[in-house]
Amino acid sequence: MSSVQDWEAPNPVKDNRSGLIGKGVDRYEGPLKVTGAAPYAYEVTPPSPPAYGVMVGAEIATGRITGVDTVEAEAAPGVLAVWTHRNVPAQPPRGTKAHPRSTSGSRPALESDRVTYFGQPVAFVVADTLENATAAAKLVRLTYTAADPDVDFPHRLDAAGMPPGEQDTEIGDFEAGFAASDVKLDETWTTPIQNHCQMEPCASVAWWEGGKCIAHTSVQMVKPAQHGLAETLGIGRDDVHLLTRYIGGGFGGKGQTYDDLTLAALAARALGRPVKVAFTRQQMMHGTIHRPATIQRVRLGAGADGRLNAMSLMTWTHCQRDGAFTEHASNFARNLYAAPNRLTGHRLVKLDLPHAGAMRAPGEASGTLSLECAMDELAEKLGLDPIELRIRNEPEVDPENGRPFSMRQLVRCMKEGAQLFGWDRRLPTPGQVRDGRWLVGLGMAAAIRGNFLLPAKCSFSVDADGVITVRQGMTDIGTGTYTVLAQIAAETLGVPLGKVVVEIGDSELPPAPGSGGQFGAATAGSAALAAGMNLRQAIAELAVADPGSPLHGGDPNAVTFQDGVVALENRSETLAELVRRAAPAGLTVEGEIRPAQDAQKWSQQTYGAHFCEVGVDPVSGEVRVRRMLGVFAAGRILNAKTARSQLTGGMIWGVASALHEGNAPDLRYGSLLGQDLGNYLVTVQADVGELDAIMLDEVDDKANPMGIKGVGELGNSGAGAAVANAIYNACGVRVRDYPITPDKLLPGLIAKGW
Amino acid sequence: MKPFTYERASDAKAAVQAAVETPGARFIAGGTNLLDLMKLEIEQPQHLIDVGRLPMATIEDTADGGLRIGAMASNTKVAADARVRSRYRVLSQAIVSGASGQLRNKASTGGNLLQRTRCPYFYDTSKPCNKRQPGAGCAALEGHIRESAILGASRACIAVHPSDMAVALVALDASVETLTPSGETRSFPLMELHRLPGETPHLETHLIPGELITAVVLPPLPEGGQQYRKARDRASYATAHASVAVVGGRIALGGLAHKPWRAADAEAALASGATAEEAMGVELKDATLRDENAFKVPLATRLVAATLREAAQ
Ligand SMILES: Cc1cc2nc3c(=O)[nH]c(=O)nc-3n(C[C@H](O)[C@H](O)[C@H](O)COP(=O)(O)OP(=O)(O)OC[C@H]3O[C@@H](n4cnc5c(N)ncnc54)[C@H](O)[C@@H]3O)c2cc1C
Ligand code: SF4
Repeated sequence: MSSVQDWEAPNPVKDNRSGLIGKGVDRYEGPLKVTGAAPYAYEVTPPSPPAYGVMVGAEIATGRITGVDTVEAEAAPGVLAVWTHRNVPAQPPRGTKAHPRSTSGSRPALESDRVTYFGQPVAFVVADTLENATAAAKLVRLTYTAADPDVDFPHRLDAAGMPPGEQDTEIGDFEAGFAASDVKLDETWTTPIQNHCQMEPCASVAWWEGGKCIAHTSVQMVKPAQHGLAETLGIGRDDVHLLTRYIGGGFGGKGQTYDDLTLAALAARALGRPVKVAFTRQQMMHGTIHRPATIQRVRLGAGADGRLNAMSLMTWTHCQRDGAFTEHASNFARNLYAAPNRLTGHRLVKLDLPHAGAMRAPGEASGTLSLECAMDELAEKLGLDPIELRIRNEPEVDPENGRPFSMRQLVRCMKEGAQLFGWDRRLPTPGQVRDGRWLVGLGMAAAIRGNFLLPAKCSFSVDADGVITVRQGMTDIGTGTYTVLAQIAAETLGVPLGKVVVEIGDSELPPAPGSGGQFGAATAGSAALAAGMNLRQAIAELAVADPGSPLHGGDPNAVTFQDGVVALENRSETLAELVRRAAPAGLTVEGEIRPAQDAQKWSQQTYGAHFCEVGVDPVSGEVRVRRMLGVFAAGRILNAKTARSQLTGGMIWGVASALHEGNAPDLRYGSLLGQDLGNYLVTVQADVGELDAIMLDEVDDKANPMGIKGVGELGNSGAGAAVANAIYNACGVRVRDYPITPDKLLPGLIAKGW
Repeated sequence: MKPFTYERASDAKAAVQAAVETPGARFIAGGTNLLDLMKLEIEQPQHLIDVGRLPMATIEDTADGGLRIGAMASNTKVAADARVRSRYRVLSQAIVSGASGQLRNKASTGGNLLQRTRCPYFYDTSKPCNKRQPGAGCAALEGHIRESAILGASRACIAVHPSDMAVALVALDASVETLTPSGETRSFPLMELHRLPGETPHLETHLIPGELITAVVLPPLPEGGQQYRKARDRASYATAHASVAVVGGRIALGGLAHKPWRAADAEAALASGATAEEAMGVELKDATLRDENAFKVPLATRLVAATLREAAQ
């Protein structure tokens, strides 16, 4: 059994002799992407000319398909196939696992006449061109019996229940503690549905080679995609070769596959030629998952000294009637602040909306929008600075489970951020600072997100040119995985970056869990380090055993690797020379990482503090972010540039959650209002002024052998609350219904006499 | 998208002639609006007449000291023109507050005037919409209507016209020059170009079928200050909750109606000494409001007051 103690030994990543670790090196695949030479799934050229499939979404939210008329569509130019539930090839029932160890069950497309959400794919057209398929898809005529959709989340809380297998977490006696507190706060916040809006919509191309299906798709996790497709097609798992080389954003929305993949594979089999299928931007909004809306009640009770006596965050949220997802917006509150009496939990309503699912910083992104504003409000009630209030409630050990923190530098993040940002210039009374037409305010919030390590494997090869090839069934969803794997390989084997090749996104490579939950770099990277160490060992043994090597007869454990040279004291040769002579076919080894048994003894989190300066136009209620700074503590940073991009990207998403993003269900139709990027607003460049993210020096030796943690979700946690708190400081108006748009801010501004 | 045929017009006369003679023909200029709508099959022209390369992209001084802006002049070109920036800055401000840099590079002056509404139900072809399909009903009426019209709306349609440029042009008292299907040129105030929805929201302008906009003409430099203000959810690439163009004593409003709205009643009230708030009270007295869009009344009022102040500076 592995233990965190095993990770204490020095290793090349920790030693960082050539200084590659942490350096902001450019993206490994950057030139390919910016020149258009990186084929995303839909752009992969199959071995023979493909046909093009287009899906048709249901135009009702709940009911049954009663009539199918495909005559016109079938007769349209270039059409090769038109499928509905009536004639789609047979697929095993949903969730079937013919192979008991499959990481995903079957996901049949067009499975029945039942419609459970608006936009659900209900028909499919394949034609010789995308244009012909698109035109013919409009000619499929379906009739339905529709029931009124049950989608009015705020008015259906009566139907809310405990999420399956969960219970509220109570420590002490919350109600009594709250009642006995000197200063109390009891407020409710609401957050809307959000769509991922990845730049690249979900897309697939599939073809068959004999009994084997080759499928390129856009997915964050390789193995479940491969297994799920095999189960759906009713074939062996090794008969699916699934690839996902380049991914134009995932954000949790591509943690699973969709009907584009299933239908591409089925149609390629039926037609005997490659088939491409992609979601349109409009179809993405309903046909894939979204972050569900929440209603969050926060109750804080404190003594006059600012110490929390009672703390509660209760979240109501929704998921699809057939789904099983809970937006755990209350979870992070269990680890953040000390308070003897605590109550947190979730209630879930099942609705006839499309499927809810994970979106960047699931839980924290929504939950911090309430609690971190509540702390701001409480600070004001107590006459304390918001940072001081947080410091007074800093726990010594994890307040929920009593475990020591592996590392907790939240206070340092807040203090250093305050200094860098000029927090001392904040006036505690709102509405005091004016700059031209703008009222200016400052706000801050804390960030927290758990850290995880999952099992993973990796292989490393060296060839006769001394080139190191990293192979792993990992993905890069734009986060920088290619690049950090290359850095780890170069540092571990002592070769320049130009001598490293990274191959990922392939089900036939050693498995890794993929990208999600900000476990990617730590998990994939630790497996890479292990494989790299094994390759070092193999190379060292090769050298000392080879009479032709100047290292012959030496101690393999003393061999050093630097600048493409293997050396033993003053004896050396290049890696390429050694391999060319002693192992001309090259060497390949595997390595793996497993979570340490005893890692659970520590509470492992990543932390940060956001600072924001906004301008509020008191005439119109418009808000613009003038400056934003995040200071983060997230273990050793592998790449200063890609990590910063992750963090600032998360921060901008926080701005979006505070000010712009949200999709409203239409209660009559069960559809969402925003169906394209003109009507669903995400934050744009002009909305954010100065923006920076700073990463504190940190090494968490309880996290993994490299002491790194994740940053992918952390930047999003708390960012929106900092914006909302800055708005209050600017103008004295609190809006607790996100996003804070002019129509919501204006009544408060008018009431304040602005 | 439905199949269609395409031709590039050799000159304006030929374009108009082709438009009259070919069934289902439409002009296309920058294509930034029409193509999006064709992809969704909201627009289904059988034939496109590309007028984008006609030699109508110049901006010329007129004899009386105004400017004549060719219908093909891009939004970017007009906004950047030195004469526009110095003499008609309200127009420049309005244009750059619309769409995005990329869209403005492609978008033409004529196309901008004739761009269609951004009502989300108009774009969702699974919903009834009288503008798309006369008589089908209006899904917006009982739906989400935060962006909908508060002035001049009807039970048939509550959509707003999204153009910013047109709001400035109305405040500038611009006129439109066209080539009619019978080959004549005509000129009329831009204020009379667009219609209110009434019972026929699918009819958006008073142009005759096949009529080509050839230019927009600005009268000589108006007296008084100029200013454009637009309130919106994000800093760029978003349509207006409300917008205001002030040119001396003239006021035009955007985001509130099915057309750029000349606030004649407010202008008259201001002229007789009313405050901006009082004047807007008069202008908006018949506003039709519901919960979601009621904020447009205080918003427009405050924007007008602030914009008048800024224009006067
Ligand atoms: C997401 C998005 C957001 C936008 N936001 C804004 C905004 O905030 N403010 C704003 O003002 N605009 C906005 N725009 C609209 C943009 O300005 C228009 O798309 C553009 O002005 C249309 O010009 P075009 O030349 O591309 O028109 P086209 O798409 O070529 O044509 C539009 C229509 O005009 C007709 N037409 C074109 N030229 C002529 C002519 N000379 N005579 C007769 N008929 C003609 C065409 O037949 C067609 O019906 C936005 C656009 C998009 C896509
Ligand atoms: S408001 Fe007008 S454009 Fe919108 S749905 Fe109704 S009729 Fe159509």
